[in-house]
Parts: sequence; C-alpha cells; structure tokens
Amino acid sequence: MTSTDLTTLNSARDRLTSDGSVLRLSETEAEQKSGYQAPTEEGLGERMIMNMGPQHPSTHGVLRLVLEMDGETITRSKPVIGYLHTGMEKTGEELTYLQGATNVTRMDYAAPLFNELVFSLAVEELLGIEVPDRGQWIRMLMSELNRMSSHLLFMATNGMDLGAVGMMLYGWREREEVLRFFEAVTGLRMNHNYIRPGGVAADLPGGWEEELSAILDIIPDRLAEFDLLMTGQPIWRDRLQGVGVITAEEALSLGATGPILRSTGYAWDLRRDQPYLKYDQVEFDVIAGSFGDCFDRYSIRLAEIRESMRIVRQIIEKMPEGDYRVQDKKVTPPPRARIDESMEALIHHFKIFTEGFKVPEGEVYVAVESPRGELGCYIVSDGSSKPFRMHIRGPSFVNLQTLPHLMKDSFLADTVAIISSVDPIMGEIDR
Amino acid sequence: MTSTLQSHVIAGMLANDPLLSGEVGLTTLLVVLIKVVVAFVGLLLSVILMVWFERKVIADMQNRFGPNRAGPFGLFQTIADGMKLIFKEDLMPERADPFVFKLAPFLSLVPAFLTFAIVPIAGSFNDGLDGVVTILGQQTFMQVADPQIGILLFLAMSSLAVYGIMLAGWASGSKYPLLGSVRATAQMVSYEAALGLALASVLLIAGSLSTNAIVNGQAGFRWNVWMTGLVPFVIFTIAATAELNRPPFDLVEAEQELVGGFHTEYSSFRFAMFFLAEFLNTVTMSAIIVTLFFGGPSGPTFGLTNWVGVYILPLFWFFSKLLVFLCMFVLFRATLPRFRYDQVMDLGWKLLIPASLGWFLLLVAVRVGSDQGWNLAATGLAAIAGLLAGAFLLILSIRASAAKRAAVSLPGEGT
Repeated sequence: MTSTDLTTLNSARDRLTSDGSVLRLSETEAEQKSGYQAPTEEGLGERMIMNMGPQHPSTHGVLRLVLEMDGETITRSKPVIGYLHTGMEKTGEELTYLQGATNVTRMDYAAPLFNELVFSLAVEELLGIEVPDRGQWIRMLMSELNRMSSHLLFMATNGMDLGAVGMMLYGWREREEVLRFFEAVTGLRMNHNYIRPGGVAADLPGGWEEELSAILDIIPDRLAEFDLLMTGQPIWRDRLQGVGVITAEEALSLGATGPILRSTGYAWDLRRDQPYLKYDQVEFDVIAGSFGDCFDRYSIRLAEIRESMRIVRQIIEKMPEGDYRVQDKKVTPPPRARIDESMEALIHHFKIFTEGFKVPEGEVYVAVESPRGELGCYIVSDGSSKPFRMHIRGPSFVNLQTLPHLMKDSFLADTVAIISSVDPIMGEIDR
Repeated sequence: MTSTLQSHVIAGMLANDPLLSGEVGLTTLLVVLIKVVVAFVGLLLSVILMVWFERKVIADMQNRFGPNRAGPFGLFQTIADGMKLIFKEDLMPERADPFVFKLAPFLSLVPAFLTFAIVPIAGSFNDGLDGVVTILGQQTFMQVADPQIGILLFLAMSSLAVYGIMLAGWASGSKYPLLGSVRATAQMVSYEAALGLALASVLLIAGSLSTNAIVNGQAGFRWNVWMTGLVPFVIFTIAATAELNRPPFDLVEAEQELVGGFHTEYSSFRFAMFFLAEFLNTVTMSAIIVTLFFGGPSGPTFGLTNWVGVYILPLFWFFSKLLVFLCMFVLFRATLPRFRYDQVMDLGWKLLIPASLGWFLLLVAVRVGSDQGWNLAATGLAAIAGLLAGAFLLILSIRASAAKRAAVSLPGEGT
C-alpha cells in the first residue's frame, strides 16, 4: 500500500463511484453521483435489459448478471449473487474446531485445501501452537499442487468460454493428474478435510516423490501445448488483449487481489509479502502483468502453474523428516493403537470427538494467497470449543466487485471473457 | 416443328442438361426422378455420416471416445438423436410469432437441400465426354439440374438461408435469439459479398455460370485453385466458413454467449431441422468448393469409358476431395477460439472484400492484356502497382476514420 500514492487511489475511487461500479452504494445513490439517467419502463429507447444467468452456460455456476445493453454494447451491469448461499459461516459457529475444516473446505471447491489451510492457521494462532516442520512443508506442497489444479481448471473454463472447446478437455485432463495425487494422499479428490488444526490428517504415502515427479514431467509438455493452442493464437490474443482493463489504483480501491491485482503490475503476493508456512525458504517469482487486461490475467495464471511446479520441485528436495502434526493430546487425537492400552488416550479420543478442544478467548485474522487472491479467515473465540464468529474473506466475492467496472462499454462477447478472467467460484462468493 | 423449337428454347432457358433438350417423355421424367431421389438420399446419408464423423474426430482430438453406443462405432448415433428429437415436446414461447416461428426452420432447411442440385458428383470429364452419362438411354449430366444461372443459384439459396436464421431469432420473441439473429444477418450479408467477389474470379476463368462447364474447364488438373492464383480460394473458404456459421465464426449460435443463439427457443423436430440444415450446408458448401476450385468429380479415369470410368472413379475423386474440406471444417472447430462480432466484421469488410475485389481486378487486367496482345509482365506490374496504391489509400482511410471515431467520446463515457 505504501508504494501507491493516496491521491491517485482517491481519484480512482471517485472514478469508480462515478461509473456506478461500486456496489456499496445504493442504486439511486450511484445514479445521482454519476448523473446517470436510469431508463424508465416506457422510455427504454434503444436500450435493452438482459438477464444473464443464473442458468447460463458461462456464468461459472449460478452467477446472475443484469445487463443494460445498447445493441451489443453493455452500458451498465450488476452482478446478483446468493443463488448458492448455504450459510457456511453460520454453520461454522455450530461445529467444533475439529469439524470446522470439513465445513470450510466446501467453499472454494476448486481450491479446497486453501480453505482448510486458512482455517487451521487461524485456529492454531488462537491456540498458540506451532505445527512441526514436516507438517508445514506438507501443507505447502499440497497448497501449491492445489494452486496448479485450480489454475488448470481456469485454463479449461477460460478456453471453453472463448469457444476453444477442446481446451475444456485438455485443462480437465491435466487437472486430473493432480487430483489423482490428492486422492492418493487424502483419500478424496475434492473437499479433502486433510489440513486440520494441529497439522495434517495423514503423512504422505510411500513413493510420493516418484508419483509427483511423474506429474511434474508430464505437465510442462502439456503447458507447451496450451501455449501453442492459445497463447500464440492470433484470434485468442485479439479476443483477450485490451479487454476488461483495470488499473492498479482501481483494483486496490475495489479490494481486488490475486491475478487481477497482479495483472495491473502491482506485484502483491502474500506468499512473498507476508510469508506464512515456509514460503520464505523456497524460491519463486511473483508474476505481474503490465496492462491489467484479460490476456494478462490469463498469462499470469499460466505462468503461476510453472512457478508452482518450481516450488513443488524444491519441496520434494527439502522435505524434512519428522512428525506431521502436533503431539498435543488436547488437539490431536491419539494413535489408534494407544487407545487399546491407555485409559487416558481413550478419554482424550472421546473428548476430542465429542466435545472438541477448547480454544482460548480472542480474535484473529489470518490470510493466505489462494489461487484467486487473499483468502482470509477471521475467528472470534469465546473460550468454548466452537467459534463464536467465523468470517471468511473470499477473494472471489471481493473480486466480483470489479465486474461492473471491467464490463463497462464492452461487448456481450467480452463479458464472457471477463467473467472467465475474474475466475469466480460461486461456492466461495455465496458461502 | 415449331413445338420442338419452342421446347428447345424453353429447355435452353431451364437447363444446359442434354436430358431436357429433346422431347420430354416418360423416361426423361423417370431419369429426373431417379436423380432427385439419389441426390436427396445421398445428401441425407452423407450428413448423417458427417455428424458422426465430426463428433468422432473431435472426440479423438479431445481424449474422449465420442459416440460408440448406437450401432457399430456409434454410426447410428445421429439417427438415434433424430428419433429422440422427433418424440420430444414441441415448445413455442408465448410471445413468439407462431407463423414465422414455424416457417423459419423450413426456410433454413429447403435452400440447404436445393443448393446440392447444381453440384456435379460424377461423370467422366476426360476423352471429350464432358460429363455426359447415359441413363436409360437418355444422355444427361450427373447432377440434378444444370440451370443457366448455374452457380448463381447457390448464391441465391445461401441468401435465402439467411432469412431462416434471421426470422427464427426474431420470431422467438426472446432476447438471446434476437441478438443471435441480428448477428447472423450482419455476418451473413457481409460475407456474401466476399463470397460473390471470390466467385467472380472463378467465373472469369471458367467463362460460364454452368457448374458442368466450370468443372469441364478444370479437367486435366487445370484446377481453378491455381488458375485463379489461390487468393480467391482462400477468401472463398474463409467467407464460406463464416457463411456456414461454423467455428471460428459461430457467433450466431455462440453457446457461451447467447446460449443457443437463434435456435435457443426451438425444440423437438424444429430444432432438428436447424441442426440438419447446418450440416447439410457444411456438406454442400464443401461440395461447392470442390466444384469451383478443385475440378469436382474430374480426375484421371485411365482411359476407361465404361461404368468404372464414368461412375466409380469420378465418385471416388469427388468424395475424396469433399472429405478433405469436411476434415478442414472439423479441424477448425476443434482448434480455434471464436471471433468477436466486431472482429468478424473488420475481417470481412476491411480485408476480405477489398482483397477479393483487388484480385478480381488483377485477373481482369491480365485477361484483357492477353486478349489485346499487350506485354503481359508490364500489364501485371501496372495492375499490381495500381492495386497497391488502392490498398494504401484504403489503409489510410481506415486509419483516419478510426482516429476520428476515437476523438469523439462515446456516449456515457464519463464526464
């Protein structure tokens, strides 16, 4: 933040307000500020109100957009959300800290491990415990792999939204390689509940290095194919370059993070700027764009897959031996064998899985860099075994605010490219 | 005597086909009937195979199996899909215009069938046979009709097909189809111009509108693709892809933007008719490209004048050439992302139309030069210099108008 001049930030804020893009304003207020004449029912003129979604092939689930259009040009737009609201934050208050990970993992279903990670980090900070090194490295390994799978999914959907239907299958195929590894480690392909307060659920299975190396050998070649099919393709560049442009100041004042912020040239990555886990011990580059358009956001994600692979390679080399979870009887359940021989172990086991462990009073905010930006978890504890309040800062939700600004004066075909480049996950937006 | 003369005149107006130049008897009618049925069934079969082929090839390219349940290798999948569609409920939106809504699929389907009538699919063009075959003692061409307007029928039919799509979108009384039909109208009308101008180059070389004559002129590998200097072929192929609304020009039914485009509101057999028309058009357009640029069914017949030389070999050549273009359309679909609406218009008006017009003028200059006995090299160079000057002026004017547009701020663009 310090590097940005406050005045430019303020002027960006004013500009966005006059655009009518800031959703915090009520509609009338936004209209007054921008001097915009809202068309009346009888006076629509050449304009047309079009409803896009919640059932539309390219609104990434159940996003709904209300578009005001002049021919094919969009004059105003407004995202409408809430079609996938499941009350996860409230549910989180009803579940113990141990059960919490099963709940949060369902939010950003394309990057479940990040949800578990940020929740666990927050709980651990409240507890004041430190996860052993191996546990931290495993968490880092899994989240980088998850970043790859999430970005590969983006490659698939982005390609499909722009009409390169083959990409959908190719992106999915590569993601499958990563998911297969997840299944081997966690037992599940999605919603793993693998990263838990206190460490991870299980150690890495034997032969994981070989399995990972095989994936790391396959994917670079496939990414080269992506380059051939999309990056260098003239139609592809025409469709994305100069579409959905946003400046760094605008992105910051809207709170956008992740590839959207980085595409503007503002290299902000929590892994580097507020290191968590062991990110200060691996080498990687933060990829930043220069134009803030859809093409930059696409290339950033493609490059981030390569960076993640670089990190994974380093993790394979540096993975330490040791325990993968805290040996604190109050937090981690005892090993199965101990239950048969020790009365205390049995009691601990019973207590953990019925009542859960108590967390000291306090509040905490922890943030990690998810594939979509800053994923934050805010927990208030009242000293019981359930959070008093749990709030998640979903990057998709905040990034979605940029949509009206990005889509202003663009074509209908561009909206699809823009929605895709924002890469919203509705599960995380509605929670 | 007068009646014979009259029938000659009428037949001449109707067609160049020797079948219709004499008295019209029962056998003549029978031959016409046979040709119509064969063309209809053949086209329908090839479309069924084309759908299967496209799905199978794309599935292979995308690491999938593709249709493999109905029949051997899933060959009957299209038939199964068609049967399913017939039994589906036929829905019509409340705000639709019922008559136009029902008419539109026919407007789309019928021209697609009719165009194929002028495509010669067999007959030997070597040994002075000129594509004439003998069926039931009647001499005829292996095409349903060879009218004097010839290839113009194709342009007329593809213009008619625009109405099918435009009216379908308009009559649906719904917003997405409306946008689709507006896109379709603009796109198809502008690409028709490029299509016609590229066609003009071929007609200049062939000197006739008759498809039989066009193919006959290309016998012995004097194919128009190089006789016209490749450029018209490239332009024609691009324009044809746009005219067919196939990827990368499938903005009309861009499912990621417009859900289904003009046919969003159509279901049941009416949808099947649009679907069928699209693939019919693909096959017919490939056949037209083969006819215009690659000598249609002409090819080496090894001196054979029996049924092998007249039917089998020409059919083989025709379908091999056809398959190349069908493959091309499938590969386009499997690999290319979609253009945006304004980019398609730019490509059409700023590149394809000027280029095809310029190339046509160049061909004309060379033609006139050789007729008048001028120095051919000098004529060619002068023509190219003239065209380059024209292109330069065009680029300047495009730049100037773009700058002028940029200077005028768009409505609603801030204060």
